[in-house]
Amino acid sequence: MGGYLPSTQNERNDMLKSIGYKDINDLYKDVPSQVLLKTDLSIPKGLSEMDVRSKLDGIAAKNIAFPVVMRGAGAYDHYIPAIVGSVTSKEEFSTTYTPYQAELSQGVLQSIFEFQTMICELTGMDVSNASMYDGSSSAAEAAMMCLDRRRQQVLVSQAAHPETIETIRTYCWGRNVPFNTIPVKNGLTDVEALKSMINNKTACVFIQQPNFLGQIEQADLLNKVTHEAGAKAIMGVYPTSLGMLKTPAEYDADIVTGEGQPLGLALNYGGPYLGFMACKKELTRSLPGRIVGETKDNKGNRAFVLTLQAREQHIRREKASSNVCSNQALCAMMAAVYMAAMGPEGIEQAAALSFHKAHYFAQELTKIEGFSLIYDGEYFNEFITSCPIDAKQLERALMEKGILSGLVLDNTMLWCVTEKLSKETLDDVVKTIREVCLI
Amino acid sequence: MLIFEISKKGRKSDYLPACDVPLSALPQASKLRKDPPKLPELSEIELTRHYTRLAKQAFGVNSGFYPLGSCTMKYNPRVNEVTASNPNFMGIHPLQPLESAKGCREVLDLAESLLCEVTGMNAMSFQPAAGAHGEYTGLLLIKKYHELRGDHLRTKIIIPDSAHGTNPASAAMVGYSVVNIPSDANGCVDMDALKKACTDEIAGLMLTNPNTLGLFDPNILEITQLVHACGGLNYYDGANLNAIMGKSRPGDMGFDVVHLNLHKTFSTPHGGGGPGSGPVGCKNILKSYLPDSIMIEGRKPESIGQVRSFYGNFGIVVRALTYILSLGSDGLKAASETAVLNANYLMHQVKEYFPVAYDHVCMHEFVLTLEKTKHDKNISALDVAKGLIDYGMHPPTMYFPLIVHEALMLEPTETESRESLDQAAMAFKAIKEKIDMDPDALHAAPLSTPIGRPDEVNAARNPILRYTSK
Repeated sequence: MGGYLPSTQNERNDMLKSIGYKDINDLYKDVPSQVLLKTDLSIPKGLSEMDVRSKLDGIAAKNIAFPVVMRGAGAYDHYIPAIVGSVTSKEEFSTTYTPYQAELSQGVLQSIFEFQTMICELTGMDVSNASMYDGSSSAAEAAMMCLDRRRQQVLVSQAAHPETIETIRTYCWGRNVPFNTIPVKNGLTDVEALKSMINNKTACVFIQQPNFLGQIEQADLLNKVTHEAGAKAIMGVYPTSLGMLKTPAEYDADIVTGEGQPLGLALNYGGPYLGFMACKKELTRSLPGRIVGETKDNKGNRAFVLTLQAREQHIRREKASSNVCSNQALCAMMAAVYMAAMGPEGIEQAAALSFHKAHYFAQELTKIEGFSLIYDGEYFNEFITSCPIDAKQLERALMEKGILSGLVLDNTMLWCVTEKLSKETLDDVVKTIREVCLI
Repeated sequence: MLIFEISKKGRKSDYLPACDVPLSALPQASKLRKDPPKLPELSEIELTRHYTRLAKQAFGVNSGFYPLGSCTMKYNPRVNEVTASNPNFMGIHPLQPLESAKGCREVLDLAESLLCEVTGMNAMSFQPAAGAHGEYTGLLLIKKYHELRGDHLRTKIIIPDSAHGTNPASAAMVGYSVVNIPSDANGCVDMDALKKACTDEIAGLMLTNPNTLGLFDPNILEITQLVHACGGLNYYDGANLNAIMGKSRPGDMGFDVVHLNLHKTFSTPHGGGGPGSGPVGCKNILKSYLPDSIMIEGRKPESIGQVRSFYGNFGIVVRALTYILSLGSDGLKAASETAVLNANYLMHQVKEYFPVAYDHVCMHEFVLTLEKTKHDKNISALDVAKGLIDYGMHPPTMYFPLIVHEALMLEPTETESRESLDQAAMAFKAIKEKIDMDPDALHAAPLSTPIGRPDEVNAARNPILRYTSK
């Protein structure tokens, strides 16, 4: 149906005639007849808007959106202020493209410049780009950034998110560079193992903070080992945790990456999400992706433009630092609105609430026989416990009560608590678990 | 004013309640950040007014004509936003048990089957988050294919000189070296050069058809056959698919793998530079190499691995699916035919004022060359583009493809009315008249915007990439 074509069939016929053609297929005369379709595509004919909505609603109804989400593992259920959606649904922002024409797009360029500044403030780093696809691909691109003629080996902690490890592994295979993982000891990246694996061919070491197991890494020790070997330290961070935890800049990281989804983006079955990347000043010209800079216009007014484009694909082609073109601009704007709305106090509060509620829940949960913390290190808002009954069975029982439990890892559970869960809810969950386990 | 310049200490909103659980001991001081981040401190009303001001300095498809060649700036239907913002999509955690995410699975499966039919492919992955990401993924499929054949000689990719910059950049990321093929006098692949380039060192060819000049290469079948004959595979850059939906399919042209740009052809919003979605489709020979999500479905033995987490930009796939179901077989064909009609209709008028690079029937886009105007009157493609801003439209793509000097690429798309196109043609006429009467005036353009031409040289030489408070 439709196709959102303003012109009617008659108007189109007129237009065709006015330029000297009889049949629309005259315009397709260069298409060899063997590849010109003679029949319609075998897909249904178009639906009216009313029917499309009904169909999609019907498909969505086959999902269960859990009221209580206690699962993190790379996607976090944080509170999103209403202002975030309201600002980013402005059509001037959603329907525009990359701000190539600076004079027409100061609003977009300025909002990106502000986002870059906020990421620098949150992470403590000097420079940020305009965004990447997601945390995992951002980590992979950061690793690629560190490669040079002499240093080609990439080391990744086994305590990083499994899909981040896998993405970095894939990018390394793509570039034919050696890839290795650093073992874990007691829930933390093994410093001694890193010391034995790192050498003068290592380009970079990637660690995640807090790590996938929820533990806070000894990043100072790890980064020291990395730097002593002449390699670059990359840290993948959980942005909400930076409302409380030491910044990667304070750990002397060279490059910071992370998943920005906790900063105002919905769970959305995994995407669109938001990769961010920031680095020390010296590495600015190796950063992939778009960057907005400040300058002046021909009348001396402050102006914002896409800059350092000599790194990018449209200028350097095969010599570009990466191939990134479209990124996650509107998602970056959501994160910027979130960070501005929450402010320093709000971000600190989101971190503190997540921390204290997670610790409270852990305390109450481990009062139940059979639930104990697997690791005894310090953690932020995620932790792993043992399970007295089959973990999958517990997951199913809690699902029936509208609770998405911690992620099942063998027979343990990786729990996550955010500011969204009230004490009452947490107490109810503990009560429910107690009941299920006594059966 | 920057948001940081509006900020005043102590201003804030109350989004979160007070802590209702007993406090636990914080981590040791050495693990805590020393100072809070210097994020803006302002009330919600100040925040909303700030973004309202910024929105006034943005130009979207909703603002006016946006013929940015190669980007397919078509109308972004509102219904797509409605279906995508269903809480039963937005509130689904990527790692929830599959039986509680059946709707999400259905969206991906349905989108895959529809788009495979549109493109003539057998399988598709939605993991790549953008076109360039899709190109990278597609090349990894080709790399895996040759690796499993035990063929390590294949280190080169053939790419025409008219290709989008992401093509060679993606090839370089996969460790391939690029064999550039020139375009012939008709703007299409030089067949002699291609024949010479097809050796046993070729992993494959990357091509878009219609190409970046808006021309459909009539030799397409011979091109793909030549590459297959020397043992390479054919990769289709789907950026220009808007010309041929329901008319022709890359799978029938001899392509083995394609990527699509859902944010171009399938109407999802461009968002100021994303989020997009660059799904990769392929024939059966490459199907088992498609990326997987090791946490959602487990590792597939022959998969190339992952290019990002989970299943990619799911919310964008919902929007694209809504569009495809709305249009159906009849609507998709009408969209492509009208895109091609609109481009030819506009080209017919505009070529009265400025020369086209290739005076030939075009597909969904066409390229003007300002080379002569630059030479005779010192008016460049940039000057014309800036001049068009003062006529209320977004300029066309400038300086691309590289093989045309002083290029301006126009892609009107199918969602423009006849009047909109006529008006655009009049803008070109007015610019032409200005060039004849008072060329210098164009060097000052645009005059109607909040800023004049920015100093890009200084921006790159002395980069200021963040705000710093005094």
